[in-house]
Amino acid sequence: MGTTASQLGKDLLSEYQELTFLTKQEILLAHKRYSELLSKEDRNLTSVPMEKVLSLPELKSNPFRKRICHVFSTSDMKDGSLTFEDFLDLLSAFSDSATLEIKSHYAFRIFDFDDDGTLDGGDLEKLVNCLTGKTEDTRLTPEEMRQLISNILEESDIDKDGTVNLSEFQHVISRSPDFVRAKSLFCRTA
Amino acid sequence: MAYSVDFNLRPIMELELESLRGDDTAQDSMKGTGLESGSRETLEMEVLTTEGRDRLASQMSDVRERADERSEESIQTNLLVRKRWSTTTLRVLSSMPSRSIGQQSRLEIISQCNIRSTQLRRYHRQTQDVSLSSRPSIRGYGIEADSEDVCEEETKRQELVNNLQSLSAGDRVRLLRATPLSLAEKTKLRKLVFSDKVGQSLLSSQVPCCSLLKRALCHIWFGCLFILSSLQLWQVALKRLGGRFGTGVLSYFLFIRTLLLFNVFLFLINGLFLVLPQAIYPPLHTPSSHRVTGLELFTGTGYLSNSLMFYGYYTNSTINTSCRPDEATAGTGCGTTSDPHMMAYNIPLAYCFTIGITFFITGIVLVYSMSKSFGRSFRVFKSQGNMAIKVFCSWDFKVSKKMSVRMQSENITTQLKELLSEVKGGEEEKGRLSGMAVHLLAWSISLGSTFFCALGIHCFAKYMHLRRLEDAEGEVSVLHEARLLALPGVVSCGNLLLPGLFNLVSWMENFNSPIVRLYVSIFRNLLLKVSILGVLCYHWLGKIAAEPEQHGLQCWESFVGQELYRFLLVDFIFTALYTVFGEFIWKLGLLFTPLLPAVQILKLLLLFHMKKSSLLVNCQASRKPWRASQMSTLFISLLCFPSFLGAIVSVTYTILTIKPSSGCGPFRNLPFMFHSGKQWAQELKSTNHKLAWLNWVHHCLVENPLFLFLLAGVFLMVIYIHTQVLDGQRKTISLLQKQIENEGKDKKFLITSLQAIHEKRQYPLSPSSRPQGSEV
Repeated sequence: MGTTASQLGKDLLSEYQELTFLTKQEILLAHKRYSELLSKEDRNLTSVPMEKVLSLPELKSNPFRKRICHVFSTSDMKDGSLTFEDFLDLLSAFSDSATLEIKSHYAFRIFDFDDDGTLDGGDLEKLVNCLTGKTEDTRLTPEEMRQLISNILEESDIDKDGTVNLSEFQHVISRSPDFVRAKSLFCRTA
Repeated sequence: MAYSVDFNLRPIMELELESLRGDDTAQDSMKGTGLESGSRETLEMEVLTTEGRDRLASQMSDVRERADERSEESIQTNLLVRKRWSTTTLRVLSSMPSRSIGQQSRLEIISQCNIRSTQLRRYHRQTQDVSLSSRPSIRGYGIEADSEDVCEEETKRQELVNNLQSLSAGDRVRLLRATPLSLAEKTKLRKLVFSDKVGQSLLSSQVPCCSLLKRALCHIWFGCLFILSSLQLWQVALKRLGGRFGTGVLSYFLFIRTLLLFNVFLFLINGLFLVLPQAIYPPLHTPSSHRVTGLELFTGTGYLSNSLMFYGYYTNSTINTSCRPDEATAGTGCGTTSDPHMMAYNIPLAYCFTIGITFFITGIVLVYSMSKSFGRSFRVFKSQGNMAIKVFCSWDFKVSKKMSVRMQSENITTQLKELLSEVKGGEEEKGRLSGMAVHLLAWSISLGSTFFCALGIHCFAKYMHLRRLEDAEGEVSVLHEARLLALPGVVSCGNLLLPGLFNLVSWMENFNSPIVRLYVSIFRNLLLKVSILGVLCYHWLGKIAAEPEQHGLQCWESFVGQELYRFLLVDFIFTALYTVFGEFIWKLGLLFTPLLPAVQILKLLLLFHMKKSSLLVNCQASRKPWRASQMSTLFISLLCFPSFLGAIVSVTYTILTIKPSSGCGPFRNLPFMFHSGKQWAQELKSTNHKLAWLNWVHHCLVENPLFLFLLAGVFLMVIYIHTQVLDGQRKTISLLQKQIENEGKDKKFLITSLQAIHEKRQYPLSPSSRPQGSEV
């Protein structure tokens, strides 16, 4: 599909422009960054391994970086490697012009650590641990964690089955006006 | 007692689960059993059924609830604890539609897309088909009757392709873009949709000419947007700031940029209609000798006082474009002309209308942006807590530096701990009386300091005027000119020091929540600014304007303009942060100093770069949490209410009640400034009968109170209708939530019954058979 070619074909470029939320400029920049990731490796590879993607400066310090790679990866081996189209998907979902629905869909999948389709207690605990950081003094005590999780479930679990599914998640998100703005990543990569 | 059956799969055998996840065919076959796709559609279906069924269903779930709580409760506990779930139950659980969305289930997403495209198509076509309209949402599911189709995904995909082909091009693009499928999938879909349109791009199919025009307009529009976006001011700088400090700090700089663009626009209007004509045809002035010292730029006196900057320069006559400058006589412009074909430009009228239109446009833009940002942050159903929102939404993905990420984590931890402690000890009322006393003390300190500051400024201003009169009798020297800067300096000092005092005072108070603390501090600061501005306006408009001769002024408008100019500069130097003050100053100053937007533009440019460099150098992100969208609503409403309304009130007061000075400016020799408009209306009636109806319209609509009354009445009615609609929506939301809860209970009941039945089959002679009576 021409992912490792030094230049994107014109019709491929316009196709990507139609199917993603990125502008032409952004797609070309993304291609450049992606090629840089591939430059040290064999040119015949069509996908970049996860470690290389995690070395991008925008993702390096992000606590959700591994989940992001797993969610956007379409490889059969489930190793988190990204093709160029996966990379474009990532940028498109995190761009400023993506719809709330897309962002909430992918945010849900990123937060679903065990990939079972709902956010249960374990997922929420891992999520809070990612948010609060790795150091000991910023983590919550087990007591606080328990209370936090039960409060979250009380607020967002409408059908009271002990987990938050996608619709409930989207319902919670729609109440926060900050969500769309905060869930934008590097769009005009410089 | 609320008993919740938890469908947490973790305590159950995970090995079985692993095998199930890899087992796609099992999942697909489960889907084929006709489970509805998505709990949302289930809900829709429920809503559509007749009332009788609803009542029955709720009664059934009620009965089940009671039964749960009474006898079967203990048995169910035992079930969960002792036995494992059977493979059937596990399979059903893991393939439940509400859970399969997250598992890259393409089928699920395609079904969703299908539904949406069908809805779009129906919306656009507006079919009159009766059979379609009976139960539209079920038909929209596309659930096949023959459900043991192994290639169900293929059929769904084909159906989606057909749906997409029947949509318009724009809708198709939008739908494809908004579908959360991977790019490879979307490419395949797109190829299928356009397989019969090989070689043509999306937007160039055979279309009628009106959509050709639309397409052309679209191209032009996108081209303009592209140019605009590439020219965006400070793009790189904003990206750096956002990456380092997050969305909250970024909103402040975006606000500055908005202000700057706004000022540029106003400057263009003023410049084109007011400054340029007067600059091309300058009035004759007697040349006065002024020594050029560098201080003029700060004080606005000297050679600047007879320049385009200030009110006094503008002539009160009509410029006629045919006459040449050397024929002009002083004060009367280029002489009268009786030739109707010559273009006449009436300066006083232009002055009036330009300032009026500027204020009007400012008002409209402010109200529009306020309503838009208020609409964005308004939520119909305010639920009780916000911990879920905090956990799900507070991570700012823009932040990329390691230090900032750590800071963000700390911030979030602090906020979560605060929220948790609030929830735990929220009802404690320890030391209520002492808390009240502290609050009272704090408020009295802040109000007292505000009052004394205003009083001090009032006395100081009076003293400075007396000194200036004395100075004016003597020789003009640099020291006398520098003294003009004393009053702005004192006011800016007050503006800077007193908010620090307010911070100290609020630190000793104990507020329930940080947002209350924020609003109290903003209110106190605002009160301080408003009182200072009130005192200054009283001085300028009440004292100086009323009796200009007492203060030794030929042209009081120019003097007030110069004072405002000085305030703007000194305010910038002292208090670069508090732009609200600056905004009021320049709006008021617009009447007296038409070129003030230019100064404001320069000030904002410098402010942006100063703040940016100081932030990047200090490299310390704020420890206080910022709620970006609410902050921007706050900024805009701060702009609107105190500064804009205050400026409008002052300007209206000036125009309507104060007598303009007789020696300078475009309104000299008129009793009041608005008389120029009245004069023009009279002229219009006598000279041009075709436009006389304008006068009549103005008389009927604006001066007639009945019309305004009716307008206010209609407005209030619209507000009332909207409130009622909101009320109804809130009631609907709470009813639907209850309904979803009941559905959840039904689901639990059915799953446990399924498990029970399976166990009965498996272990018919087991001692733990239920006492429900049925054996074997």
